[in-house]
Amino acid sequence: MASAEPAAPRGESSGAARLFAAPLSLLMRMIDWPMSALQRLIGERRMAYAFLLPNIVFFGLFVFLPLIINVVFSVTGGTALFPSQRPYVGGEQYAYLFDCGSFLDPNSCREDHFWRGVSNTARFTVFQVTAMVLFSLVTAVVLNMKIKARGFFRAVYFFPVLLSPVVVALTWKWILQRDGLLNAGITALGGERILFLVDPSWAMFWIVFVSVWAHMGFYTLILLAGLQAIPADLYEAAEMDATPRWRVFWRITLPLLWPNMIVVIVLALIKGVQTFDEVFVLTGGGPGTATLMVVHYIYETAFSNQVQNFGLAAAASVVLGLVLFALTLAQLAASNRKGAA
Amino acid sequence: MQGRHWISALALTAGLLASGAAFAQTTVRIAWYSDGNEGEVVTDLLKRFEAQNKDIKVVLDQVPYKAITENLPVQLASGQGPDIARVVDLGGVARYALDLRPYLKDAGYWEKNFGPFLPWMRPAGDDKAITGFMTQLTVTGPLVNKTLFEQAGIAMPGAKASWEDWAKAVKEVATKVQAPFPLAMDRSGHRFFGLAISEGAKVFDAKGEPAVIDDGFKRGAQRVLDWHKSGVMAKELWGSVSGAAYRGANDEFKNAQVVMYVSGSWQIAQFDKTVGDAFDWVAVPSPCGAAACTGMPGGAGLVAIKATKNPEAVAKVMEYLASEPVLSEFYARSLFVPGHLGIAAKGLDYKDASPQAKAALKVFSDQVASLSPVAYALQGYVNNRIIFNAVISRVGQAISGETTLDEAYKRIASDIEQQIAERNKK
Repeated sequence: MASAEPAAPRGESSGAARLFAAPLSLLMRMIDWPMSALQRLIGERRMAYAFLLPNIVFFGLFVFLPLIINVVFSVTGGTALFPSQRPYVGGEQYAYLFDCGSFLDPNSCREDHFWRGVSNTARFTVFQVTAMVLFSLVTAVVLNMKIKARGFFRAVYFFPVLLSPVVVALTWKWILQRDGLLNAGITALGGERILFLVDPSWAMFWIVFVSVWAHMGFYTLILLAGLQAIPADLYEAAEMDATPRWRVFWRITLPLLWPNMIVVIVLALIKGVQTFDEVFVLTGGGPGTATLMVVHYIYETAFSNQVQNFGLAAAASVVLGLVLFALTLAQLAASNRKGAA
Repeated sequence: MQGRHWISALALTAGLLASGAAFAQTTVRIAWYSDGNEGEVVTDLLKRFEAQNKDIKVVLDQVPYKAITENLPVQLASGQGPDIARVVDLGGVARYALDLRPYLKDAGYWEKNFGPFLPWMRPAGDDKAITGFMTQLTVTGPLVNKTLFEQAGIAMPGAKASWEDWAKAVKEVATKVQAPFPLAMDRSGHRFFGLAISEGAKVFDAKGEPAVIDDGFKRGAQRVLDWHKSGVMAKELWGSVSGAAYRGANDEFKNAQVVMYVSGSWQIAQFDKTVGDAFDWVAVPSPCGAAACTGMPGGAGLVAIKATKNPEAVAKVMEYLASEPVLSEFYARSLFVPGHLGIAAKGLDYKDASPQAKAALKVFSDQVASLSPVAYALQGYVNNRIIFNAVISRVGQAISGETTLDEAYKRIASDIEQQIAERNKK
């Protein structure tokens, strides 16, 4: 009897598996004939291309084709929508973007909003990535310890990642506005109300804060996976040698976590450069242009202004694309160097 | 027996096809945004139209304002989009508009009743086309929280009061009653130009080309900047966002946080409903500057779109909506200033409006004839939104402390020049 007990669930499970596998098996049999015919026609070695084809078509249609169209737009002018109706202007849009007295002073540039966007995006990315990596690392290390309710805390830190950026930004907007929750607390404690989203320094601080709050869980998860992959015997050996904890962290944890750290840094960097939705809803690029980001500039230039300047927006997109390409190359180089070491 | 079945089946099929043809309907799509209850009103009116015209089905797509200003132009440029659209950027959309004259039963009726507004909706260089009509004529101007004045014990400035008088009064009221917004003005170039033209802005040179920066304009911009510095205006509207983003103070006004809200006649229906009897509010005539006491005319037009496949049906819907009895009912129930000369001359009975909404409508309606000709010229200018957007973007930067007004003036001039040149590239 005792041996029969576990057999029942196995039987149920294989029955359920058969139930789910039946349509799949039918489907496989249906495509078996055309695939076999194709293999006979093109040969076994070329079958790999046949399998890759659907994805290549999908990728080509939705990534490469828009990319090419974007480059074509960037060398045309006017307001017509179809490339065939747009006059060719060569590098005029790029020349307009790069017409600057000094690239460090947006006011000296003809298209100052673009350079303000570049400057804001650079500042935002530096602050955001630094804070993101630091807080994610600390959180991952703490969540890797044997603390009470560890599962609960892991879920809590990951929860904001599941929220829509618009929901995140609106929630924080209600907290930070003139009559928001934070000001209610400050005035209840006898303090002066602070217009967080109207003061340029505060606005930049809060968009970094909100971004870190919203995305930290994702990067924490990557680092946590890295921490759990570090062999426990290394820590046991260090413990037997009575190595101080900071030295264990510095000599064992950090070097072995470095591949994950690179992934986190590069992903956060790319995401930081692309940032748009949260900032757009939270501050609208203001006050003035204090939080205007490059992607927001592109959106405004292409769609929000009365003259929808697709050419200039496309040129700015190409510049942004090149920056992201350089960052990706840097990530690959860093990963390869680490792999070779 | 089998043959009889075949004959019956054929007869049934033929019958079904014939009845299908008899009930074949042409669909007309309208893209519509609303400020107040006008979406509900036009839905009612269109139901009646459909009852009278079984061959036409009208689909009313009620969309947000942003979809009209940002998505619709892209749709139209791609040859897609609705058959009719309610738009505010009349000059910008004009190039996609359908000239209805070949399809109208009585083009004279349109010339007679919508004459002054038809040029606003015509493509550049066309002085004959009839592309639509005004679903509302708007006038910009101030709405004042009368209760706050009463609570502060301060008298409201009179009919010909200047901007300075109002700024001083609203600041005193706000200080006494601790309202955070003494004066709020929509972050909109259209609203700003009411003030600037009052201060003497001419906007155009002798040839009719834009020459936006002059002494009058500078007086207006300086006034707005000074109000922000002195606390008459709070930075939350003009200084809080970037670029051409619109910001209104509807919620703040409804919550009695604003003493004077410079907006316009389209807000009346909304405030009549949302403020209710929470406090008393009034519309007051546009304050005076160095040159005039004027607001800006404007409004939303219902425009037929050139890409339509059913111009006859579109014209039929437009004729119905533009007819005097239908349009009278529409204006009256939506609490809009009429953009139809015949209806305006006869006067409208706003039956559903409260006494204070009726009074506000009268204040705005009375101003239509006295608005500055410069204001009408600017409203009719095909590239007016380029000017409006450049002004709010750059003056906004000066208000936030990023640039000076002198730098803003240079940028406004170059932005306008660059964007018009881009638009004219063929």
